[in-house]
Amino acid sequence: MDFALLIGIFPQVLLDGLILGFMYALIALGYTMVYGVLEFINFAHSEIFVTGAFVGVEILLGLQHAGRLAGVPPFLVLLLLLAAGMAVSGLLAVAIERIAYRPLRGAPRLIPLISAIGVSFFLQDLIRLIESIWRNAFNLVYPGLEPLNRRFELTATVDVSVKALVVIAASLLMLLALHLLVNKTRLGTAIRAVAEDQATASLMGINVDRMISTTFLIGGAMGGAAGVLFGVQYSLINPYTGFIPGLKAFTAAVLGGIGNIPGAMMGGLVLGLLEAFAASYLSLLTGGAFGAEYKDIFAFSVLILILIFRPKGLLGEVVRERA
Amino acid sequence: MKTHRARGVISVAILTLAALASPAGSRVLAQGKGTIKIATQSPLSGGQAALGEGIKLGTQLAIEKFKGPLERMGFTVELVPFDDQAKPDVGVANAKNIISDKDILVVIGHLNSGVAIPSSEVYKDASLAMISPANTNPTVTDRGYPNVFRVCGRDDVQGAVGAEFAKSLGIKTAYVIHDKTTYGQGVAEFFKAEAEKKGIKVLGFEGSEERSNFDPIITPIKARNPELIYFGGLYDQAGPFFGQSREKGVKSRFMGPDGMDSSDLTKIAGKAVVGMYYTSVAGPVSVYPQAKQFAEEYRKKFGKNPEPFAAQAYDATAIALRGIAAAGKGGRMPGREEVAAAIHAVKYTGITGTIEFDKKGDPKKALYFVLQVTSDNPEKWGENREVKRLLIASPAPTM
Repeated sequence: MDFALLIGIFPQVLLDGLILGFMYALIALGYTMVYGVLEFINFAHSEIFVTGAFVGVEILLGLQHAGRLAGVPPFLVLLLLLAAGMAVSGLLAVAIERIAYRPLRGAPRLIPLISAIGVSFFLQDLIRLIESIWRNAFNLVYPGLEPLNRRFELTATVDVSVKALVVIAASLLMLLALHLLVNKTRLGTAIRAVAEDQATASLMGINVDRMISTTFLIGGAMGGAAGVLFGVQYSLINPYTGFIPGLKAFTAAVLGGIGNIPGAMMGGLVLGLLEAFAASYLSLLTGGAFGAEYKDIFAFSVLILILIFRPKGLLGEVVRERA
Repeated sequence: MKTHRARGVISVAILTLAALASPAGSRVLAQGKGTIKIATQSPLSGGQAALGEGIKLGTQLAIEKFKGPLERMGFTVELVPFDDQAKPDVGVANAKNIISDKDILVVIGHLNSGVAIPSSEVYKDASLAMISPANTNPTVTDRGYPNVFRVCGRDDVQGAVGAEFAKSLGIKTAYVIHDKTTYGQGVAEFFKAEAEKKGIKVLGFEGSEERSNFDPIITPIKARNPELIYFGGLYDQAGPFFGQSREKGVKSRFMGPDGMDSSDLTKIAGKAVVGMYYTSVAGPVSVYPQAKQFAEEYRKKFGKNPEPFAAQAYDATAIALRGIAAAGKGGRMPGREEVAAAIHAVKYTGITGTIEFDKKGDPKKALYFVLQVTSDNPEKWGENREVKRLLIASPAPTM
C-alpha cells in the first residue's frame, strides 16, 4: 500500500468532507428546527433546498443573458444569489406550512408526514414542468463565476478553490447568525418557548402560528442558501437533485439529535466527513475490492453504530415536555 | 396470434366484398383495413431526454417518409411514443402496455441497455419485434431471441476499439470510472480487459451513482495522476465529473464510449471536454454522406439538429416498415411473429450504411468510430472530428 499517497491526499479529503458537511449542516437545520417545534419531519425540505438552487441558476443565467455578469463583482453576485435563494425558499417553506401542514395540525402525526411527502413529489414535478416550459431543459448548469473558480495549489495533491473557501465561510457565518438569533434574541426565545410548550407559550402572549411560520421561514432560508452554495460548488442541478442531499441531511439531523440545532451542524459535518473519507479511501485501503460506490454503506454503517450507543444522537434529542 | 390472423382474414374478406359491392374507388375503402402502429421507447423526460427525443423524432420522420407502401396496401401507419424515463421498471411497465395493443407490430428502442434487456423479455413473450437504434450491451442480442434486433455495434467491440485507440495514443496508465448500469459498467469492463491486454496499466476501476459531488472520487485519481480517464456511462453524469476534474487540476486525457455523444456534454462540462476522445457506434450525421438530406429534413421539421441515434432510429424504422410490408404481402394484417421473421430477412441500405442481421439479430458488420470533441460550443457538437472509422464484424454467436 502506498502510504505516501494515503497521507498525501488526507488534507484534500478533509477539505472535501468539510464542504459537503457544511452543506448537509445547512440543510439539516431545516429538518431539525421544524422537528423541534412541531415534532414532525418536513420531507418537502429537500425540494425547498433545490428551489434555492434553481433560483440561483435562473438569476445567473438571466444576468449572463443580459450580458451583465461580467460587469458585477462576483462576490456581490453571490450575495444577490444567496439573498434571492433564501427569500424564495423561505417564503416557499412558509407557504407550504400554511397550505399543507397547518390545516392538519390537530391530526395524528403520520398525516402531516404523508402530506409532506406529497408536497415533495408535487414540487419536484412542478420545478420540472416550469423548467421544461421555460428553458426546455432538465439539467441546468451554473455559469462559472471566474474568480471563484481560481485554485491555490498547496501541494501536488492538495488544492483549494476560492469557491470552496466561500462555501465554508458562508456556511459558518450563517450557522453563527442562526445560533445568535435563536439564543440571544427575543424572537429566538419565543421560538424556543413555542418548541417547549405551545399552550403555555400562547398564554404568555406569544403568537404561536406566527412563530411556527418564522421557524419555517428560517429553516427554508437556510435550505435555500444551501441550494445556492450547492449549485455554485457542484454546478449541475436538476429537479431531482434535492432528494439525496435531503435524505442525507435528514440523517445528519437524526445523528446530531433531532430538534437540536448544534446537533444538526455537528451531524452534518460528521456525515460529510465520513462520506468523503469512505469515497476516497475505501478503494485505496482495500486494494480495489470495495470502491467509492460503497461510501454510503460505510457511512451509514458507522451511523448505525453511533446510534446504537447514542440512540438520541450525538448531542441528544430535544423534545418538549408534555404538560 | 391466431385471433389476429383470423381478424385479418375476416377484414380482408369484408373489404373484398365491399370493394365488389361498390366501385366508388378502392382508395377510400382501403383506408379501412386497419392501423399499424410503431411504438418508440426512449427517455423523453429526465437527463437523457435529448437523446431519447432524437430516437422518437427519427422514427417519426421515417414513418412519414416510408409509410407509402403500407398505405397503398390499405393500412394507416401511426407512431406511438412511450417515455421509458431511462428506468428499467418504467420500460417494463410500458412494454406490458405495448404488447396489449395488438396494432403495435414493432418497437423502436431503447436508449439504455439496462432498460432494453428487461423490456425485451416482455416483448419476447408476445413475439413482438424490437429494433434497437442504440443499445450496445452484448446481452441485448446474445440471448438469441428471435424478436430482438439492433442496427448499431456492440460494447465488447466498442470497449476494445477504445482501448486500442488509447494504446495508439501512447497511453500507459488509465483510470476507469463507470456508472454501475448494465451499459456503463459493461463497456468499462470491456475497455479495461482490452487495455490490460494491450499493456496499459489500469490504476483503478470505480463505479459511482453520484451525480453532483465528485470531489471524493477525484481526489485519489488526481493523486495517482493517470494519463487517461475512461468514463463508462452517459454524458449527464460524465459532464460534471469531467468538469470538476479539470477544475481540481486533473490533467489526464478523457475518454468515453458512445454515451458521451450528446451536445449536452459540452453544455455541462464546457472547456473541460474539448479535446477528449469518445468511441461511438453512431457517428455524427456529417460522417454519413447519405444522411445529409435526412439532417436537413430533420432540422426543417423539428427546428434542431438531429442528436446521435436519430439517424439509427430512422434506419431501424425503415427496416421495420419493410419487414411489415413483406410480412403483410397481399394486403393482410400480419402477425407479430411473421413481422419479426420478415425483419430478420431484410437487407437494407439506409443512411447509416447497409444493414443485414446475423442469427442473433446483430448487424453482420457494424461501424465503429473514434471521435474527438473540437469545441465547447454545444451548437458545434455535430462538427466533432472523426479520428478513426472501422467496419468490424459482430462477434460470432457463442451459444
